[in-house]
Amino acid sequence: MNEISRRRLLSRLALGLTAGIAGLVGLPIVGYLLAPLFRPPPDVPVPVGNVTEFPVGQTRLVKVRDPSPLAWAGQTAETALWVRRRQEGGPEMFQVFNVNCTHLGCPVNWQADAKIFLCPCHGGVFYEDGTVAGGPPQRPLFERGWEVSGGQLLVRQQGLPTVKRG
Amino acid sequence: MRSLRRLSNRCASWLGERFELEDSVLAVLRHPVPRELERPIGWWYVTGSATLAMFIVQVVTGVGLAMTYVPAPNSAYDSLQFISHDATLGAVVRGMHYFGAGAMVVLVLVHMTQVYLFGAFKFPREANWLTGSLLLLATLAMAFTGQLLRWDQDAFWSIVVAAEQAARAPVIGDWLARLVVAGNNVGGATLTRFYATHVFLIPAAIFGLIGMHLYLVVKRGISEPPVAGEPVEPRIYRARYAEILRRGIPFWPDAAWRDAVVATLAVVVVAVLAAAIGAPALGKPPDPTNVLADPRPDWYFLGYFAVLALIPPATESLVIVGLPLFAFVFLFLVPLLWPDGERHWSRRPAAIAAVALPFVAYAALTVAGLQSPWVPRLEGAALPASATDGLSGTARHGADLFITKSCWACHQIAGSGGRKGPDLTNVASRLSRDQLTQRIATGGGGMPAFAGSVTPTELDDLVTFLATRK
Repeated sequence: MNEISRRRLLSRLALGLTAGIAGLVGLPIVGYLLAPLFRPPPDVPVPVGNVTEFPVGQTRLVKVRDPSPLAWAGQTAETALWVRRRQEGGPEMFQVFNVNCTHLGCPVNWQADAKIFLCPCHGGVFYEDGTVAGGPPQRPLFERGWEVSGGQLLVRQQGLPTVKRG
Repeated sequence: MRSLRRLSNRCASWLGERFELEDSVLAVLRHPVPRELERPIGWWYVTGSATLAMFIVQVVTGVGLAMTYVPAPNSAYDSLQFISHDATLGAVVRGMHYFGAGAMVVLVLVHMTQVYLFGAFKFPREANWLTGSLLLLATLAMAFTGQLLRWDQDAFWSIVVAAEQAARAPVIGDWLARLVVAGNNVGGATLTRFYATHVFLIPAAIFGLIGMHLYLVVKRGISEPPVAGEPVEPRIYRARYAEILRRGIPFWPDAAWRDAVVATLAVVVVAVLAAAIGAPALGKPPDPTNVLADPRPDWYFLGYFAVLALIPPATESLVIVGLPLFAFVFLFLVPLLWPDGERHWSRRPAAIAAVALPFVAYAALTVAGLQSPWVPRLEGAALPASATDGLSGTARHGADLFITKSCWACHQIAGSGGRKGPDLTNVASRLSRDQLTQRIATGGGGMPAFAGSVTPTELDDLVTFLATRK
């Protein structure tokens, strides 16, 4: 009886210590792996060009640089947005779209003459105001916030848009 | 000569005794297998070792590639160019890794199909099947992550597409998507994570699972070829199987020679393909701002790519999350739901259908994925001379508008153009001028309305051109 309970004590001690090691090693690495979840999306307005570079009625591709990229990010420090100049001024002046199709994220292509965006993956089509014109997408193109300051157009690039986080 | 042989024999017996090889490696190699494996049916029992051989090819070539590949977004593309064009034998090693990956996917599926049709997953070998199922998932995960390390335009957009799919998962979708890209967007942190996953995490899991799988294969013994009318009865199976093994033959070399022949054949095929065809050419650089992309997965995922284009959009989130989940659960339930009963395929018609239907569907979807008729064509827009010869005035202008207004992207005329919409080669024999005008202006049936992007005159000219297509 005594013998058994001693063994039980020792085995529990050994198991407990092993679990302790696992926790000690595991917790930091799990935290490290999950770290991307704790980094909030960048929400800084980034300049993309002079307002005069965007003629009214036209849609143009602009490159946006990640405000704080990793040093080795290379080309991936940049993303692209479609900027549509709707009016001379006012709150309806611009529409800024992510290039990502709202179906599965492939880059949509602006056809200036036909005034449609075409997606090369599964054939999504959008009108110039971003509404769905055909294909699998279920929602209009993702739009980004913008502001005009000192003659510059600034946009808020908030990371990869998804169906959950437009 | 004779003394040399005596020396080598003494060395061998010293090694065997001191390293306990007799009780370990040799005992495993000589474990008894059913006598029927001597007959031609034994050729069916080689698919597992061929897969293992291919895994070893992947490990060896992968280590070689890792010595030169730089897993950072600003250098990966250049290091791959170096491997493909400048490094000694680099193109061959990359080619072997590429064709080896395809071969592994194929061999795992062939092995699984054989085991399923032979009913070898039944009692007492359920755990063999379960570890094997995990190995299938690990292999597919390797294929996918490996394809992303080929850091070109396709790889970049494949990561985006993967993240968008992950985002469809209920509740945790957003977190999953951010974990896939390791941040808020594809960037500096993305590639290093995929690299670590591809070369450390999944391979470690595969090594462990192969160990368990092989341990179980040897411990449970290789299943005897199924005989119609001799079902598995768990109560008496082990005793019967022990009897089979008593009359059995040693695995080495009586059965193993076939494994060696087929494994060699598989490796030679991969090496020859790598030397003759070489590694797949890299696509354009992974520039997120270059929107002129045409992302396609490697051939073994084209079927799934096609599924995403062809299913009704409303069911999409359900399919993206549900289909893999269903396949996963089904795989694991197979040995638990059907642990006993008939093993022979001739007595399991449902099992044959369960194999044939997915294979036919997968093949058809792969062909559909190769052709991708749902994709608008963005490059090389032009009508053949045969379609525009003899046109003048407004009809000629209409033919030009057919290109500039992107009609060509989705519609074919005389064999040129996209195939998303109907072929318009003879459209005038189906639709009147009024119907054509109406359709272009208001769209419908998946076609956008063009009333906002063509002037009435342009519309008229376009219709005049289409009216020539009788």
